[in-house]
Amino acid sequence: MVGLVIVSHSWKIAEGIKDLALEMARNYTGLHCAAGLEDGTIGTDAVRIMEAIQAADSGDGVVVLADLGSGIISAETAIDMLDGSVKVKIADAPIVEGSIIAAVEASIGSDFDKVLAEAEKTREFHKIQ
Amino acid sequence: MPSRIYECIEKIAEKIKENKDLLTDLDREIGDADHGVNMARGFSAVEEKIPKDDDDIGVVLKKTGMTLLSTVGGASGPLYGTAYMEAGKAAAGKTEITAEDFGAMLGAAIAGIQKRGKAVQGEKTMLDALIPAQEAYLAKVAEGADIVTALDAACDAANKGIEFTKTIRATKGRASYLGDRSIGHQDPGATSATITLETIRDFLKG
Repeated sequence: MVGLVIVSHSWKIAEGIKDLALEMARNYTGLHCAAGLEDGTIGTDAVRIMEAIQAADSGDGVVVLADLGSGIISAETAIDMLDGSVKVKIADAPIVEGSIIAAVEASIGSDFDKVLAEAEKTREFHKIQ
Repeated sequence: MPSRIYECIEKIAEKIKENKDLLTDLDREIGDADHGVNMARGFSAVEEKIPKDDDDIGVVLKKTGMTLLSTVGGASGPLYGTAYMEAGKAAAGKTEITAEDFGAMLGAAIAGIQKRGKAVQGEKTMLDALIPAQEAYLAKVAEGADIVTALDAACDAANKGIEFTKTIRATKGRASYLGDRSIGHQDPGATSATITLETIRDFLKG
């Protein structure tokens, strides 16, 4: 099962996205959050992101959804520190929509490439027709 | 002879904390007003966590970098964290460093920042202080100068780099959202990088 890590500056944002995603992917257990600093302050922490990626990995790879700015830079740092030990990529996707779609895909057993591709398709979503 | 790397890092932490308000004020003009607060939080954690009994400069710098990665919170966390970790790799196993060693460490730190930030010179970032500083440093060392003399030249160049950041618009980070409105303000990252170099120079002089 492909794992997911939600990276945000805010723990509340990440937890909220997790709640929303699991509403649609009820039995999915591969979703982890790495958000805020250890003391709850707004910020991103590359070391905790690295640990979340390791925790989310069951051998099938991990897709990371990140918010912006240091969310991306810290996730990239975490991936570099893993030094190839986990198959992992940051999805170039909006964090809310990308996380929901990725959780659904991962929960039905899609492989790494499919989960990543479906998450990234959300870039093209139109909200108003 | 035991290395003095721990004392040097402590001095940097002290100076960063002293300049917390200045860095935050600079960041308020063109960013999200957190650079000083973030860096001070990171270096307070460094003071608590670095191994005070380890002589290996590489080990102490690596621990400093890892701590900054997890406690600064903003983009300067991974940027400075990577810089210290890369400098540490270049100094692995050493308990004292030559002028040439420091040049290699500075080069490794800058390369790490460039890779992490995907930035080049002229984008109103810490690189606008660090790259001219490195050039001035290496030129002095090539003439046979000692580490303090070379660092004097590096600090002059870094300060000129800060002045230069006032004249350009930001294309990286939060300040880039402001476009031309970022012109006229000095870059907080270039400022904290220069404070770091000046503190190292003063430490080695003292």
